[in-house]
Amino acid sequence: MKAAVLVFPGSNREGDVAQAIELVTGRRPTMVWHGDGDFEKVDLIVVPGGFSYGDYLRCGAMAAQSPVMAEVKKRAAQGVPVLGICNGFQIVTEAGLLPGTLMRNSHLKFVCADVHLKVETSQSLFTNRYQAGQVIKVPVAHAEGNYFADAETMKKLEDRGQIAFRYCSPEGAVDGSGNPNGSSSNIAGVFNETKTVLGLMPHPENAVEPMFGGTDGKGLFEGMVEALS
Amino acid sequence: MTIAQEKNPPVKLPNEPTITPQVVAEHGLAPDEYERLLKIMGRTPTMVELGIFSAMWSEHCSYKSSKVWLKKLPTSAPWVIQGPGENAGVIDIGDGQAAIFKMESHNHPSYIEPYQGAATGVGGILRDVFTMGARPVANLNALRFGDPSHPKTRHLVSGVVAGIGGYGNCMGIPTVGGETNFHAAYNGNILVNAMTVGIAPTDKIFYAAAAGVGNPMVYVGSKTGRDGIHGATMSSTEFNEDSESKRPTVQVGDPFVEKLLLEACLELMATDAIIAIQDMGAAGLTSSSFEMAAKGGLGLEMALDKVPMRETGMNPYELMLSESQERMLIVLKPGREDEARKIFEKWELDFAVIGHLTDTERMVLSWHGEIVGNIPIPPLVTEAPMYERPWTLTPLPPVLDTAKVPAPQDYKASLLALMGCPDLASKAWIWHQYDHLIMGNTAIRPQDGDAALVRVPQSTKALSHKGLAMTSDCTPRYVQAHPETGGRQAVAEAWRNITATGALPLAVTDNMNFGNPQKPEIMGQFAGAIMGMAEACKVLDFPVVSGNVSLYNETEGRPILPTPTIGAVGVIDDISKAVGSRLRTAGQALVLIGATEGWLGQSLYLRELCGREEGAPPPVDLAVERRNGDFVRGEIVGGRVAACHDLSDGGLLVTLAEMCLAGGTGATMKLPAGAGAPHAYLYGEDQGRYLIATDDGNALVAAAAAVGVPATLLGYTGGDSLAVESLLTLPLGELRTVHEAWLPTYMNSAA
Repeated sequence: MKAAVLVFPGSNREGDVAQAIELVTGRRPTMVWHGDGDFEKVDLIVVPGGFSYGDYLRCGAMAAQSPVMAEVKKRAAQGVPVLGICNGFQIVTEAGLLPGTLMRNSHLKFVCADVHLKVETSQSLFTNRYQAGQVIKVPVAHAEGNYFADAETMKKLEDRGQIAFRYCSPEGAVDGSGNPNGSSSNIAGVFNETKTVLGLMPHPENAVEPMFGGTDGKGLFEGMVEALS
Repeated sequence: MTIAQEKNPPVKLPNEPTITPQVVAEHGLAPDEYERLLKIMGRTPTMVELGIFSAMWSEHCSYKSSKVWLKKLPTSAPWVIQGPGENAGVIDIGDGQAAIFKMESHNHPSYIEPYQGAATGVGGILRDVFTMGARPVANLNALRFGDPSHPKTRHLVSGVVAGIGGYGNCMGIPTVGGETNFHAAYNGNILVNAMTVGIAPTDKIFYAAAAGVGNPMVYVGSKTGRDGIHGATMSSTEFNEDSESKRPTVQVGDPFVEKLLLEACLELMATDAIIAIQDMGAAGLTSSSFEMAAKGGLGLEMALDKVPMRETGMNPYELMLSESQERMLIVLKPGREDEARKIFEKWELDFAVIGHLTDTERMVLSWHGEIVGNIPIPPLVTEAPMYERPWTLTPLPPVLDTAKVPAPQDYKASLLALMGCPDLASKAWIWHQYDHLIMGNTAIRPQDGDAALVRVPQSTKALSHKGLAMTSDCTPRYVQAHPETGGRQAVAEAWRNITATGALPLAVTDNMNFGNPQKPEIMGQFAGAIMGMAEACKVLDFPVVSGNVSLYNETEGRPILPTPTIGAVGVIDDISKAVGSRLRTAGQALVLIGATEGWLGQSLYLRELCGREEGAPPPVDLAVERRNGDFVRGEIVGGRVAACHDLSDGGLLVTLAEMCLAGGTGATMKLPAGAGAPHAYLYGEDQGRYLIATDDGNALVAAAAAVGVPATLLGYTGGDSLAVESLLTLPLGELRTVHEAWLPTYMNSAA
């Protein structure tokens, strides 16, 4: 699997995701500077976490307009898989690749903590290594992760199986107890209609080694390798 | 003193005020200090020159009250690459890698404007570390707030925590550890001490000393605005009721720009274009330019109109004294300007050649072609005021008679009271607002060990992944009671924190927070703390490599508790051998290392349960400390320890309770024969002790006995409760609720 990781001014988890991809594939992904409109053909495009453009204006809003994102949109339309994590999720929603928006956390504070996620489906190139209903533990680290979409969009997401992950309790109960930011329907991650674009707030890239947060996030990268190699 | 001939006396700018005794006093210069200035200059200074002297001779920049004492601290060891005097200390951690670190205070600004004060404190210490070529890998912070019932405390906690998080999170540096305490003595002066640790190759470390006459002096980063003018002078005086009107002296930070500056600087550092580099911190362009020129024994000509400006109508005085953030000064090799400019333009940062080095040893400042300042550099530095202020040592208070300290009527209630008191209650509300996981190297998270543990990016020369253990510690009530003991204890506890992970403690950064040094009893606290620290650093082979002094932490004559915060770093060669404090497996033996007399003087038990702050603090026997610690570390690295926690605030029972909560496993213990009064045994704060969980308790006790280290088998892990035979049984759920509830409840309650 050949991957590209985008780098915007203010990106700061690009190294973490590159490290996770290298751990799983044995191959360092290409780092692509935001100003580059074009880059080599890859099997996966990753939009990493961070504070692109300092979160000025609105998280992800400025990065969504940068030259590289025009190219990402073009390739996504051709079916190239795109993974947006945290600020990357905010960027791809701002770019219109995914529905909904990420608002300020309901408690108004930044939150960095392990959370539990319920995997909603194993039927995607991102989640094929997990079982539907499986509970995994990965961290979040954000101030604007409160997922919101209008009622009509929410219904479509549910009906079409576009919800990838929901926050839950350690036992798997999808209720208020496991929701770290007030997201509607506990949504932690969503797909586009073709399930080739995934955006999620949690950081699976920070859960790939036993001594450093556990290995529950590793399946996401292994699943992609299996699907894309 | 010889003064190079002044060829170009400066002009007076239009609207420039006349220098009067009042103007001099407003600049914080004492009359005799102004006399000294006149002797150096040989004439009346211009306003910009007066401003420069004021900043450079402020307590904050000159260390004029503390320097004579700081010299008593040991600063060298075979692994020390750079001791105090540079932007940060540098130690060799093996395999061609160096750890670069420092702790610095931002107390006064954080009280005036908590969010920006704390945020720029983090920004400043990060710059100190990456200026030297290191990529920062971890942040820590030590915070002291006033009484929780004080009307300002909640607002200050909220702002400081948000500010630290706001800056560090955006920079993408994990904030992995620290400490937070509350005491009424900090009601008018909170302490915000921030520490950064970075990693660099030992052959790629950058220093501030300028070299090469004619070489260009380059300004990079943010534009200069009017924020923070005279911040250093503000930080060198006591507070009074008008202090909040000093808000304009607080700088405003932009972590996004600093992130760009970090990446741009590291990119430039990967070339060989840099001769010297220095960040603009306190006193901005003034201190950075003077330090670079002075360290290189050179002169400097700067055209201040070339400095990138944020606002129109700025004048030389403002440009030299602004403390606008996210700026650096660089001496480049000749002809490398375009290459460097390209890097900074890529990162959308300002880049301006503002001057060049000369051989005159004078700082010549021009403004649109006219000279506005011309100062001889060496005397400004060497003739700076230096005071050996009168000092009176605090006498050792009488030892508290333990028999006169009542036992609790209900042990369970007493433990809950301690675990839920502001100083011991969980600080998760704070550290969940800090990204402590970014970079993917955090092995021991906050509350899971005595020190944070961070993996070092692997050197190609190493066989295994190294870990850096880091901590900050101080027990101000001990220092207040007896500064020498308190200074010794602060160093010993930091050493113990590192040891408890299995890492070898290597070096210290100290952040000395004290009151007004012009009072002999305050200067005596400073002197006493230094004496204790120096002794501990010597015995423990734990040199001080960097630090910071913050004096005048007083409001309307009331000083803070003397607080010499000790930041420390240690290394473990194979990170997989390190341990935290979590009890995770049932059936393991609990072994107490070190001797217990039951010392209740100055203990938290005495303060929280009896409402008394009295007696002598627990003595620190440094030889015993070292012996016990070396034994514990050997056992950990040898793989015979499952969890380890040092004993400090609250004593044995609090330590055990913390270990149970961290790992979610209960424990049962009983008092050994001859333990004496149970409350003294359980809550006494005797030093040099560790509590260990191990698979083979008898083997550990025997190994300890073989080297003369006291070791006592106390009980076993397991179950869902913490129990002390015949004294208490406390379900962990109940303990956790009390421990975790205090801070969020306090922060969410109405002011």
